[in-house]
Amino acid sequence: MKRRDSLKTMALASLGASLFLESCYGISRETITRSLTRYEYGRTPEEKEIDDKLFAQKFFTNDELLTLDKLCNIILPPNEFGSIRDAEVVQLIEFMAKDIPSYQEPLRNGLVWIDKECKTRFTKIFIDCELSQQKEILDEIAYYNPNENMDDQSEPVQWFNLVRNLTMTGYFTSEVGIKELGYKGNFPNVWDGVPQDVLDQYGLEYDKEWLDKFVDQSKRNIIAEWDDDGNLIT
Amino acid sequence: MQIKNSAKEYDVIIVGSGAGGGMATKILSEAGLSVAVVEAGPYYDPANPEQMTQLKWAWHSPRRGAGTRRFFGDYDQAYGGWEIDGEPYGQVGDTDFKWFRSRMLGGRTNHWGRISLRFGPNDFKRKSIDGLGENWPISYDDIKPYYDKVDKLIGVFGTKENMYNEPDGFFLPPPKPRLHELFYIKGARKSNVKVIPSRLSVVTKRINNDRGVCYYCNGCARSCNVYADFSSGSCLIFPAQKSGGQIDLYVNSMVRTVTTNDEGKATGVSFIDKEENKEYKLKGKVVVLAASACSSARILLNSKSKQHPNGLGNSSDLIGKYLHDSTGGDMMAFIPELIDRKTYNEDGVGGMHVYSPWWLDNKKLDFPRGYHIEVWGGMGNPTYGTGFNVNSFNKFFGINKAGGYGDVLRSDMKKYYGSTIGISGRGESVAQKTNYCEIDPTKVDKYGVPTLRFNYKWTDNEIKQAKHMQDTFEEIIHNMGGIPLWGKPGKDANYGLNKPGWIIHEVGTTRMGNNPKTSVTNEFERLHDVNNVYVVDAGPFVSQADKNPTWTILALAWRSSEHIVEQFKKQNFS
Repeated sequence: MKRRDSLKTMALASLGASLFLESCYGISRETITRSLTRYEYGRTPEEKEIDDKLFAQKFFTNDELLTLDKLCNIILPPNEFGSIRDAEVVQLIEFMAKDIPSYQEPLRNGLVWIDKECKTRFTKIFIDCELSQQKEILDEIAYYNPNENMDDQSEPVQWFNLVRNLTMTGYFTSEVGIKELGYKGNFPNVWDGVPQDVLDQYGLEYDKEWLDKFVDQSKRNIIAEWDDDGNLIT
Repeated sequence: MQIKNSAKEYDVIIVGSGAGGGMATKILSEAGLSVAVVEAGPYYDPANPEQMTQLKWAWHSPRRGAGTRRFFGDYDQAYGGWEIDGEPYGQVGDTDFKWFRSRMLGGRTNHWGRISLRFGPNDFKRKSIDGLGENWPISYDDIKPYYDKVDKLIGVFGTKENMYNEPDGFFLPPPKPRLHELFYIKGARKSNVKVIPSRLSVVTKRINNDRGVCYYCNGCARSCNVYADFSSGSCLIFPAQKSGGQIDLYVNSMVRTVTTNDEGKATGVSFIDKEENKEYKLKGKVVVLAASACSSARILLNSKSKQHPNGLGNSSDLIGKYLHDSTGGDMMAFIPELIDRKTYNEDGVGGMHVYSPWWLDNKKLDFPRGYHIEVWGGMGNPTYGTGFNVNSFNKFFGINKAGGYGDVLRSDMKKYYGSTIGISGRGESVAQKTNYCEIDPTKVDKYGVPTLRFNYKWTDNEIKQAKHMQDTFEEIIHNMGGIPLWGKPGKDANYGLNKPGWIIHEVGTTRMGNNPKTSVTNEFERLHDVNNVYVVDAGPFVSQADKNPTWTILALAWRSSEHIVEQFKKQNFS
């Protein structure tokens, strides 16, 4: 299948390639505007300006974005919790390449390399290869010896490690990914210690002499008062 | 630049709105004095939804909270950082001093660690103990009543421990330790390192009806929207405004100099309105500098006049000298026993629930002064960086293969989540006259104000202390069944000793004393040379204990503010 054909297939399969590109990767002006208004996270005017500037730039070509989309999907295939598209992983990679410009060269070089490698072996660029062919190449660059320094690995291994890191962080810092991970905080609640079954699991317990000192959460809303020696009396 | 003069004369002009400036604002305005607070950054209220970062998720940021714009991450509430555009600072020789500035109402109190430790009796008299440095002109008994008042006004949790040099206070009850903290307790006790509940200024029990109670979101570095942690704006300045104080806030206003008259007395300040890029002057009977130790030193050194050719209050030539920061050393470890954890909400407060105060006697050690130990870890809120090198810990199980792709990455992610622990030492260095900040004669910032440059070298005292930290941490980690995550730094790396400034506890640039030849300020933080200029940040610290400076800044600023009120009553300022 040629590149254009593959795009056509995607168009039919996923409500249209252009729409897919636009909605997923922020290519149209409307999508850029939408991206700007959805990130409300307490920025100063100067910080907003920096974000606006980054959103207005485009680093990856549409072809590169599609290749990244494929790669990220192989790194983390969708499951019942969500997908890299739900997690907007490729958008994150596009943004980080602009936010941390030192990512640009290695990310792009790797994309060029993998297309070249695919052409040599299979006479097609990466995205047009069969999954088995894609995996054949990835299997050669996806593993490393964790006792060795990453800087000493070959460039393709370093590149894939970077893409994997960005994919993992993109997914596990997204709404679906955090749910899958099981992080349960970041909302108003009351901490009253490690659950008993967890204490039991590790054979731990709270010091008996400490127990009386900890906050009595049933009295947390009663205003604190002390005697002259600093003993809490409320 | 156009200079516009305000006709009004304030009783007091306060420069800076962090811990010291906030306390001065509260005490002086509540005494009925008219006050101008001049802050270099914008207005900030942690409850303002436009500025709030608390309870945001990583995906609310297009960089998922990464530290590219704010060093400690997108949600850290410090406007500024190690570098500020157009406001550089320099280094002398091979010095690499780090200077963290936060330009906003409340300053660095909006993001700080809330570790609120009193200095102990020994901490004011170190020279008498080890012959090094200098004693303070005051003792613990002089400051104790103010520590007591700060505890009751602001709120700090902790426990009575009856340790001589770790004085108890009026504590709110502490929260229970988290799982990794129980591991730390176990490991530390095996090494005879004492562990006690933390002392943090987080309101675990209601302190008054104006502030809320902690709801355990771990977000203290994001500044609390119900004012359950200590930030200068929410706990000092807003309440002072609410109680009817005559307070004018000048924000985005960077003070350039303290102005003086022919007799050499201060008449007010000149400042740059950063929005208009215009210079203005404010008149005041008293000037209280609270811009942070180095910024206040810079203002004084830049305030040259015929009467004060060496800078205001600098007849001793000591402004900027004796600059010192806490020592810092860290070690991080993987705890195999903590893989595949059951997940539950263990956010707790925004900081550790237990810590170790200094527990040894220096007479038996090869270095002076001690350090306390902080502990961190657990199942944190994922932000940018989570999931990097997801299965590199495979090596600890003899598996020399990491990486890969597919569902194995999901299970590796969950396997190793929350399995690391970190230990940090924060200790006391010995103040040196040769460590200083000074005006760089060749550089100005974008407002045309001469900038600072730093000269700072650690001595053997700090390096040996850092070595002791590493040896101790290694032992504690071993006791916990942990494996250190990086190689133990050796002599060539100063045993992991952080660069000066890195701990953001810089103090000592206008140190206090009884002798005007060997100190800049007196025990009430007033310049020896000029009787209507005070410095209430950490500049007047003679020595930084193995504690964090904020609680002492607050107590001293309260004491000095009462002194100012008395002087007004005696009509000594007119």
